[in-house]
Amino acid sequence: MNATTIDRRRFLAAAAAVPLASRLVLAHAAAAPEARFAFILLRGALDGLAAVPPCGDPAYAGLRREIAIAPPGATHGALPLDSTFALHPGLIFLQESWRAKELVVAHAVATPYRERSHFDGQDVLENGGHQPHAFATGWLNRALAALPASRAGRGREAGIALGQNVPLAMRGPAPVASWSPSRLATLDDDTLARITDLYARDPVLSVRLADALATDDVARSAAMETAQRGARYGEALRAAGAFLARDDGPQVAMLDTTGWDTHANEGGAQGQLASRLGVLDSGLRELKGALGAAWSRTVVVLATEFGRTAAVNGTRGTDHGAGTVAFVVGGAVQGGRVLADWPGLAARALRDGRDLAPTLDLRALLKGVLHDHLQVASAALDREVFPESAKALPVRDLVG
Amino acid sequence: MSTAAEAAIATNRFGLGARPGELARAAPDPRGWLLAQLRGGAPAIAEGASLERSDTILNRATALREAKRDASRAGGAQGAVQRIGAWYRSLYVAEVQARFGAAVASERPFVERLVHFWANHFAVSVDKAVVLGVAGAFEREAIRPHVLGRFEDLLFAVERHPAMLLYLDNFQSVGPDSPLARRASAARRRRDLGLNENLAREILELHTLGVNGGYTQADVTSFAHMITGWSIGGGRGRLAEGESGQFHFRANLHEPGAQLLLGRRYAQSGCGQGAAALRDLARHPATADHLAGKLARHFIADDPPAAAVARVADAFRRHGGELVPVYRALVESPEAWATPLAKYKTPADYVHSAYRGLDLPVDGKRSGLTAYELLGERTWSPGSPAGWPDRAADWDGASALLKRIEWADAVGERLGDRRDAQRLAPAMLGAVLTGKTSEAIARAASGAQAITLLLTAPELMRR
Repeated sequence: MNATTIDRRRFLAAAAAVPLASRLVLAHAAAAPEARFAFILLRGALDGLAAVPPCGDPAYAGLRREIAIAPPGATHGALPLDSTFALHPGLIFLQESWRAKELVVAHAVATPYRERSHFDGQDVLENGGHQPHAFATGWLNRALAALPASRAGRGREAGIALGQNVPLAMRGPAPVASWSPSRLATLDDDTLARITDLYARDPVLSVRLADALATDDVARSAAMETAQRGARYGEALRAAGAFLARDDGPQVAMLDTTGWDTHANEGGAQGQLASRLGVLDSGLRELKGALGAAWSRTVVVLATEFGRTAAVNGTRGTDHGAGTVAFVVGGAVQGGRVLADWPGLAARALRDGRDLAPTLDLRALLKGVLHDHLQVASAALDREVFPESAKALPVRDLVG
Repeated sequence: MSTAAEAAIATNRFGLGARPGELARAAPDPRGWLLAQLRGGAPAIAEGASLERSDTILNRATALREAKRDASRAGGAQGAVQRIGAWYRSLYVAEVQARFGAAVASERPFVERLVHFWANHFAVSVDKAVVLGVAGAFEREAIRPHVLGRFEDLLFAVERHPAMLLYLDNFQSVGPDSPLARRASAARRRRDLGLNENLAREILELHTLGVNGGYTQADVTSFAHMITGWSIGGGRGRLAEGESGQFHFRANLHEPGAQLLLGRRYAQSGCGQGAAALRDLARHPATADHLAGKLARHFIADDPPAAAVARVADAFRRHGGELVPVYRALVESPEAWATPLAKYKTPADYVHSAYRGLDLPVDGKRSGLTAYELLGERTWSPGSPAGWPDRAADWDGASALLKRIEWADAVGERLGDRRDAQRLAPAMLGAVLTGKTSEAIARAASGAQAITLLLTAPELMRR
């Protein structure tokens, strides 16, 4: 693709929607480097007790038996964090981040949802309320809408979803883009112009097409063409990094991954979950690489809908549970610590006699990041972003 | 609404998109055209296609694994593992193409859509490796024969099918107090013996009652106990008994004793206990509400009117879960005919309607799969037992639209002037074809571009 074609595409995109045209003009006025935020949703309920095993908890090894992660120092042992917690041995990049004081691990975390349906659990995590289907929009989009005016009006979509479609967390009043790798030959501009005209009176398709074309330009002109091909997940994270690294790029990116629902043959230091965690970890390394200098003003949060049972089940896996982990990693993070009011894994401490009891509201963590990193006002956080969440006080000092 | 507009709804929303001539056939009586399709059993797929039965597939897989173990003793295991994987992939590709061919050619497209609906309701996902080889067989054996029958029979066929027992792990779920667990415990071998509640939970949450159907964690656990032993014959070690590759009840894995589910006590022993519970779940009022809500969402609107849902649920209850009267209630709902183009097509819907409307040949080994993958709906791989979502917001992303445009462009390029878009557009869209689209097609710079414009028209993105 040559520069002239890009400009013509951009023109078409602008012609398709007047509001976008004005956004594009303003884009050139972008000034000082801004904070960047990526949210990675792990769909399927990540086993927090495998990702961040509490090796120092006396009940841990007995509950987990053949899938327990051995303590640091043992063969295939976990990577040390503090006297209680360690990292799964596959999470090498995260441990490097820990040493660089760029990682906060939050444990025994959960959303307000206390049932055990994946789909409702993800809905609560994404809609930001107390109940499934409480809102048709997502907290991350409402946070974008609540960004300080100088940023919200700065002339482009402030958020991008990496995928063909926009997940619930990113749906809402603020315009967002979506992007996924394209393999097909480029369309000729005349056909695109005619399709643009065909959509002129369609309120949904006209906006979608304009957004798609604008985003496609950025992706192509970013380092995407030359980026090495790899796993789809790595590709999406590299793309996210390339988008966020641009001064005129989006401020927030969201990705989601699946495959965390480990009911059977979960494995320990090696096996099914270990290989998923390995892919996740190396993907984060790719994200950091693609962000380049922008890593220093980036915060990445990884979260999942709920955790898994404290004990191994009858099929060497774990069933749906409650408390789990969340990770806050990035150059802007004030890290090197585990954030946990640890309830313990003793039988009497388990929720319903089976699950890690949640002691930290995930929203408190997210509010801390949104407030201190993206400067979303407290009032907006308590009322619009996470309605009726005033009691979940933002976790402070996550960002350096 | 004119019958012309109703014919467009019948063929595009209830059907899979009008083939040439279909709109004219539906036009005199669009409802009657749909209801006539419900007579007789569901058509079998792709006569002449050499598709294997699931038990044959599973037996051969077992044999291949044995061969692998023998080879591994002789020092070279990897090859045989890859052979199973590659063989499973070839089965999957053939199944998807056969299903694609049926969708494109069907003269009972309403029934074909119902097959797709129920397969998605009872989703298995091929991203779990063991499902890859049997997902197609599962749909042909458990779903297709029952879509015009009783929900209860459909439910039993699904929950006892090896593909579902593998996908949601139940084949190896062991009652903690079962004969096998007690023997193992006496021998101090506690390793990997115990309950897996995955299938029990998803039956309650997704297949029958729905997430708000009033069950608790205790219900999940006790239902999981009741279906311990629902397994597959001819496995390894303690799973060796039974007809190989078929449903087999393993009494030695079954949790003994009475169980409580939704306040009702089940004192049966053995396989009959889970079966009694499953039968009650099929007949539970919450199941009718849950299924009616999903059907109405699929055939009426993303947020269907409560009155229509209630009517469909009522038909389900009155007819004891007979499905044809339920579909009739949907077809006879005035809400279904009120708004043309109320649903945004999923990628598969989109591809089917394009192939049907343009009367494209289903050639090659994987033309369907290639399109589904590109557009983001790889068959039988929703990634979770909830299946693919069914609302516009899940499918109408900007990047997804660009993919459709790029695909439409490639189709146009391939066909050139071998199809006349100007003639085909009214036969595909009828009364919902707008002047703007007709005009754009008429003014196209080439036959290829005309096809691309037809396939990207707003009317073709929706049903």
